Amino acid sequence: MSAPLTSLDRPNSYIGRSVPRPNAKRLLAGRGRYVSDLRLPRMLHAAFLRSPHPHAKIVSIDCEQARALEGVHFVATGEDLAKICTPWTGTLDHFKGMTSEPQLPLPLDRVAWAGQAVVAVVAESRAIAEDALELIVVDYKELPSVIDLDTARQSGAPLVNPGSASNVCFRSQLDSGGVDDAFATATHIVEGEFSFGRHTAVTLEPRAIVADYDHSAGMLTVHHATQTPYQFQDLYSRHYGIPEARVRVIATDIGGSFGMKLHVYHEDMAVVGLSILLGRPVKYVADRTESFVSDIHARDHRVRARMALNADGEILAMDVQDLTAIGAFSTYPRTSVVEGNQVIRLIGAPYGFKSYRAALEVIFQHKVQTSQYRAVGHPIACAVTERLVDMAAARLGLDPFAIRDKNVIADDAYPRTSPTGYRFEALSHQACLQRLHAMMDYDALRTEQAELRTRGIYRGIGIATFVEITNPSPAFYGVGGARISSQDGATVSLTPSGEVRCLISVTEQGQGTEAIISQIVADQLGVVQDQVKVITGDTEVTPHGGATWACRGAGIGGETALQAARALKRNILEIAALILQEQPSALDIIDGQVVDASTATPRLPIAEIARIAYFRSDTLPPGTQAQLTVSHHFAPQGYPFAFTNGIQGCSLEVDVETGFIKLLKHFVVEDCGRIINPMLVDEQLRGGVVQGLGAALFEECRYSDTGQLINGSLADYLVPMAMEMPDIMIAHVETPTKDTALGAKGCGEAGTAAASACVLNAVNDALAPFGASINSIPITPTTVLKALKRF
Amino acid sequence: MKARAFSYFRARTIEEAFDAHVRCADEARYIAGGQSLVPALSLRLQAPRLLIDITHIAELRGVRREGEFLRIGALTRHCEMLSEPLIAEFAPLLRAAAPFVAHPAIRNRGTLGGSIALADPAAEFPAMALALDAEIEIAGRSGKRRVKADDFFIDLFETALEPGELIVAVHVPLFKSGQRIAFDELARRRGDYAQVGCGMLATYTDKRVDDIRIAFFSVGSVPTRAKQAESVLAGAVLDAAHVAAAQAALANDLMPPDSDDVPPAMRLHLARVLLGRLLGRLGEGA
Amino acid sequence: MSERDAYVPDEAEETVRVRFVVNGRKVACDASPRETLVDCLRTTLELTGTHAGCEMGACGACLVQLDGRAVHSCLMFAVQADGAAIDTIEGLSESGAISDLQAEFHRRNALQCGFCTPGMLVSAHELLSQTARPTRDEIRDALSGNYCRCTGYEAIVDAIEAVAKARASASCEDGGVA
Repeated sequence: MSAPLTSLDRPNSYIGRSVPRPNAKRLLAGRGRYVSDLRLPRMLHAAFLRSPHPHAKIVSIDCEQARALEGVHFVATGEDLAKICTPWTGTLDHFKGMTSEPQLPLPLDRVAWAGQAVVAVVAESRAIAEDALELIVVDYKELPSVIDLDTARQSGAPLVNPGSASNVCFRSQLDSGGVDDAFATATHIVEGEFSFGRHTAVTLEPRAIVADYDHSAGMLTVHHATQTPYQFQDLYSRHYGIPEARVRVIATDIGGSFGMKLHVYHEDMAVVGLSILLGRPVKYVADRTESFVSDIHARDHRVRARMALNADGEILAMDVQDLTAIGAFSTYPRTSVVEGNQVIRLIGAPYGFKSYRAALEVIFQHKVQTSQYRAVGHPIACAVTERLVDMAAARLGLDPFAIRDKNVIADDAYPRTSPTGYRFEALSHQACLQRLHAMMDYDALRTEQAELRTRGIYRGIGIATFVEITNPSPAFYGVGGARISSQDGATVSLTPSGEVRCLISVTEQGQGTEAIISQIVADQLGVVQDQVKVITGDTEVTPHGGATWACRGAGIGGETALQAARALKRNILEIAALILQEQPSALDIIDGQVVDASTATPRLPIAEIARIAYFRSDTLPPGTQAQLTVSHHFAPQGYPFAFTNGIQGCSLEVDVETGFIKLLKHFVVEDCGRIINPMLVDEQLRGGVVQGLGAALFEECRYSDTGQLINGSLADYLVPMAMEMPDIMIAHVETPTKDTALGAKGCGEAGTAAASACVLNAVNDALAPFGASINSIPITPTTVLKALKRF
Repeated sequence: MKARAFSYFRARTIEEAFDAHVRCADEARYIAGGQSLVPALSLRLQAPRLLIDITHIAELRGVRREGEFLRIGALTRHCEMLSEPLIAEFAPLLRAAAPFVAHPAIRNRGTLGGSIALADPAAEFPAMALALDAEIEIAGRSGKRRVKADDFFIDLFETALEPGELIVAVHVPLFKSGQRIAFDELARRRGDYAQVGCGMLATYTDKRVDDIRIAFFSVGSVPTRAKQAESVLAGAVLDAAHVAAAQAALANDLMPPDSDDVPPAMRLHLARVLLGRLLGRLGEGA
Repeated sequence: MSERDAYVPDEAEETVRVRFVVNGRKVACDASPRETLVDCLRTTLELTGTHAGCEMGACGACLVQLDGRAVHSCLMFAVQADGAAIDTIEGLSESGAISDLQAEFHRRNALQCGFCTPGMLVSAHELLSQTARPTRDEIRDALSGNYCRCTGYEAIVDAIEAVAKARASASCEDGGVA
């Protein structure tokens, strides 16, 4: 199924073309401008003393020696900042009954995880600030802590929030009905308990912020490496009581984000307050050891799930319980329950069964918060579903492709509402399955696998279908009371020289936002792409909007740009029509020339229109006011989300003596609707897949029984590196959404969504001759050897 | 992650280095490649008052034959293990291990002497010094001495080096005809510290092993020779029974530590697998 | 931190004069002995193209060339580099030494956020100066200390492979009797 032809499919269209990113050359020459690079006059540096205990009462803090150190300007404790910053609470109204304690930049009397910032030092250099940290004496009285999920759930367990009755943050249930009947009548029931380790984003540039409060102007400027500058403009304004118009947040080049840099962090809020208290710019860049104990973590779920099937292998029902531990607080302003919420709503999503029941329980513990990180909930939902499907296939003697082919929602059966309540406009599972089967050369892989097994070489082949949630409407956060916009804004101008400038609220973290926006604007206006300058990431310059998260940049930001460009084109053609004494409808713009729409004969460069409008308006008919700047906002309507889908496959080899796994090749077939830039989409998928592969084999935040993160460095926390990663083949099916003219959906999380599920299935496939089974991620050599009972 | 303040002195001779060390009592550290020391300083795990840079001391450089030994200067960088023809010819086990030492840019700075002096039980070269029966040439204020690798590694990060002493060179008995080597390690990712690693040097007469030295790393608090396994194999033809006996003997040779992610029993298992594979390669003439 | 109680930071931390040749120009600056080379380059010399990602030699973001070899500028102090020649991404860009690599990275989008890119280019440059036609595995091995969270590495490997091929065929055409 490929997209129907529209005006977007013209031969010279920029839509659908692999154009390199104009802004990448700067980065290749070392001319990136990251917040960590920034130096302002009179700028000071902050460092934080962190709690060594997972749970303790702060009895006293002695900062005298630190304050006395030469080069130290300020030492702040919780009370200093509490005087100027109002607390925040990480709950939202649409998550009924959820709780979380109010939070402040620095705690007043109690720490709730090892690594929590307790005291801030501001000094002339980071080194001096760290010297001062060594001179601070905090007297802690240790309190009982809860580190693991099971302990936290026991009655009588130490309470993370002393005022609560239990450690439950949130519970939720889904029940479509009919589940018990389905299981009672099922021919086959497969079930398992699946665990997913904590991991974290590990952006290569750690979190970085420079806050600069100017008392004379009453103006706060924050250079903040974030995906969501408008959200932070709003938060800094409200929590520090500064009028919104006097808060400017600038997000320049950002060294990776992946969802991690859109949450409120205690240190970041503290730095803003420190700048207000000092009236000077204050910079804070988390070092890597701080990142590991203060960036949000993700996952950490344990899912019990079962699946009922009839004798033909049709799925009848699923019954799911998801437990997740989220740390000491729910994050702000998006909460820490969204991942669990998405797990229970995305499980089973590719398949056409009717009966579904799920229970979610979100638990507090004394660890750093978990929250939204790339592909929120998807890898868990996908792995649970796809592992059960493979277990069922094995039970029934069906091939993994055959059982999926039998159960996926048919490509002609849309629109469709899932048993969890999601409304799917149009998905393409069947087409994707066929494409993957051919692309993998599946039958040949199976033949090779069988032959190698006879020689003691154990290869595994795994596949996993997935559904990804993109382009969220206000149903995601807005309805819960969060001031997180689901709309975007763009301002497009024809400049006096006849070039085009587009200021847009979606932001760039390297995924190519600026490139695709310039492609869309160039395409819709009829100018060459390098005549379009796109500007992002500055609340004082660009219109308010949701920015870049949940795969909304292309789908929502792109549609905003498209509509803004179309509006500007209408305005340009109106002026052109006056000058040329034609009807606007008889004219078009191609390659920067106004042309006859029917013959494409050039009539007038748009630069000439700009010249006349800006400098010789006297030559236009009286009453003409040329509008060569257009602002336009777009909020998604229609479906609450644009769902995408796809399927991944992988081939790997397990060394059954050592437990080591070698990834051989990975495959992706993905349908993100209309593709604006195939190269950038492929690179999003590859990067996403590798994050999923990291989760599958390497990444885990490991804690001691006493609540200490024991692998919090880049030497100990294993991220995926080049040598271990496979080449990744990619193919596309295109099913544009009809909710927008552009038809684009998101693609940034699809890679991560299913990669770890593929690996899980492939490892189990490789181990099948031994009757060994693994249902936990990451899959380490230890896990494999334990499953094989080798030691 | 910024180091505490310290002073810096660049020594041009061994004597200058000693003098500086004495002046600073025990609060000085020598720095050569610094690839392990600098992170320790940045993390403030160590905080000397004085850093003595020994990389400009000519006497610590150079690779050359000295009688029956190859003398490898302490400042020889890991990357030179890959490029230096004398090492390929006379100490091929070091050549075989070098690609596994961290990453290319680390190998460009890290030095053999630094690696031996640090004595990280998970590092490749200290264990290879054991396998090669190397001698460590040490300079102190009272003169120079040579310590056999067998006597050099004492406990976790503890060596025969006395305070203020430094390594001048590592002397490796020349590789001879009739000898074979094998090296490999099991690391999760390329360049990571291995879960288990092993190198061996065997002297053959025809198909019989006259003598073999086997050294493991990442198996305990020090790089460790598998002496019982060695004695099982000495004088034997490497058939399946002898290999199995050597693997069994590792239970007595190695005492893997309790670690959070690799249980001792698993480490022993991996060591046995690795030993079996390496003996297999040795038998093939590796 | 056992020495903690004894630690009294020097109130007046002494700097030393450090001289090196940076990107082909003689440079002298005052550095505290504890200042790492990466901090000195980024702060004192304003060469912010070299990045700090982990400050312990595990990520490769801070790679520069020191006397022609790739090294981690976070794993040495600026004072250690006294007398050395240092080339950073800025110098390598201006000299044109890696222009083909940069163009190929751009064409294939072998970067996203760009934070790892200067270090990747230094590693790639060193590899190709030592091995004319590396295999894909050799390229991946050479990059084994360069962390990239964005790309998944494949486009980077592709770009380096393509440049190696282009350089090899260009040197043949230049009359090399290959």
